[in-house]
Amino acid sequence: MSAPRQTPALQAQDLCVTLGDRPVLRGVSLSLAPGRWTCIAGPNGAGKSTLLKAMAGLLPHQGQLSLLGRPLAQWPGRERARALAWLGQGEHGAEDLSVWDVAMLGRLPHQGWLASPSEADRQAVEQALRATQAWDWRQRPMGALSGGERQRVLLARLLAVQAQVMLMDEPLANLDPPHQADWWHLVRQQVGQGRTVVSVLHEVGMALLADDLVVLRQGQVAYAGPAQVPEAHRALEAVFEHRISIQAVGERWVALPI
Amino acid sequence: MNGARSAWLALALALTASVLAMVGVGVGSTGWASVWGAWHDPVAAQILWDIRLPRTLGAWVAGALLGLAGAVAQGLFRNPLADPYLLGSASGSALAVALTLAWWGGSPFAAAWLVRLGMTGAAFAGAVLGVALTLVLARGVQHTLRLLLAGVIVGVVLGAARDLVTIAQPDTLQAMQGFMLGSTGFVGWPAVAVMAGALLAGALAAAALGRVLDGLALGEATANSLGLPLPAARLALVAVLALCTGAAVAQTGLIAFVGLAAPHLVRSIVKTTHTRLVLLSAAMGGLLLMAADVLARWLLAPQELPVGVLTAALGGSYLLWLMHRRRAAGGVL
Repeated sequence: MSAPRQTPALQAQDLCVTLGDRPVLRGVSLSLAPGRWTCIAGPNGAGKSTLLKAMAGLLPHQGQLSLLGRPLAQWPGRERARALAWLGQGEHGAEDLSVWDVAMLGRLPHQGWLASPSEADRQAVEQALRATQAWDWRQRPMGALSGGERQRVLLARLLAVQAQVMLMDEPLANLDPPHQADWWHLVRQQVGQGRTVVSVLHEVGMALLADDLVVLRQGQVAYAGPAQVPEAHRALEAVFEHRISIQAVGERWVALPI
Repeated sequence: MNGARSAWLALALALTASVLAMVGVGVGSTGWASVWGAWHDPVAAQILWDIRLPRTLGAWVAGALLGLAGAVAQGLFRNPLADPYLLGSASGSALAVALTLAWWGGSPFAAAWLVRLGMTGAAFAGAVLGVALTLVLARGVQHTLRLLLAGVIVGVVLGAARDLVTIAQPDTLQAMQGFMLGSTGFVGWPAVAVMAGALLAGALAAAALGRVLDGLALGEATANSLGLPLPAARLALVAVLALCTGAAVAQTGLIAFVGLAAPHLVRSIVKTTHTRLVLLSAAMGGLLLMAADVLARWLLAPQELPVGVLTAALGGSYLLWLMHRRRAAGGVL
């Protein structure tokens, strides 16, 4: 699904991941094009979060993984962290850190070991907090935030990295519809700037707005390609056992429960 | 701003500790007379310079070591109930002291410097060996939960071994109890110097690793994704924990609750990053133990209470109050 002659942002070849004694990913091969928003969808337990985590280099795996054309294992830790940012599913903790401090964590890959934050770090954090509308309460501790507010701060931490490739696991968790729409605009903006966004989403309606879609079933790829084509919709309906129906509403597609 | 609030807290802790240190040198069986007489009376001068001053400062430094180690332990294990003795250091040093006592006899705080040096060395070596055993059982520092479980297991097993040694040599029971309760009564200048060295090294390392602890606060996967060198940093943090706890335990025995309560007290006043938290917790731990030491000398003067009893009573009551307050606010701890 990558455009010709373009180096894929992320590539997986025969990727296998076993958690405990359970094979979660079984021979996944993918090539994600740069400068696009790819959404990974599928039923519970299909291996979506595991795939995202493995692509971030956070899980032991078999098979080949590469980031921006270079094998993932060959990237030095900090350099990889500057090129690829990862937002986990429901990151807990850090209750005592302020919103500003948590967003500043995103700048760790850019900072010297003992150096204090530079002006560029401060600007990146301010930009990220404003983008997620968390700037006004930057001094509040994380423990004093609602679930949705917390999610926006964690998103700001991801944006503050200013990475070329951004992986987000359930970024819409706890977000109300207006903030979900804001997230969508934000993703569009990032992709417009040439960045690659890969997200795991449970909201099928939102997934249908992506550029590309990867549909997983039982640790294998059921579909990988453009999101706006009938094959993608059929694959989604099939993995959800035809309990959803994808219909056109105006110029958009929506998933209706059956 | 958290920075300003942290600075104010640091200033308040330093000022209170200074005032308390002045009170500390005046509390004792001969009272303030030894302070006023120190300029012309050699005995009074000796009481002031060789007993009260090193003891008071030693209490602060030992408390600071425990406070620092407590903040590091709670950050490393992402657990507000973690304390500096978690990784087997306390049980290791207690077993080493029990073995030394059984072999040698005498009190762990015996004045004879040779015996004292042997006991102190044994306590420190025991603490380090306890942590080393935990690391071996946990197969390194890769997994925080495995490390925590291994620490608990080492604590239980070495504790049982210590009990066995003590039962086999009942005449060491009283001396052993003195060590288990902790005491600042026999801290001299050499002990203060050793602990201050450990505190300086521990504080510098912990402050430098504060960002790793901040990153870890969001989970190991997030910390990894931020490019933090977790295995090396975790090893360094465990080393800081072992050094600080070992240095304090070797000189003052097992003083309870200071390491647990100091970081909680700081967090209840200011929410801040781990770099500041570890340093403020050290200052808070120092103040707590110095206050407990002064109280232990003053409450039943001229008798002395074991300082560990006071820290346990005060620390326990404080945590109970904190739990009650947090529960009222909808949290647990």
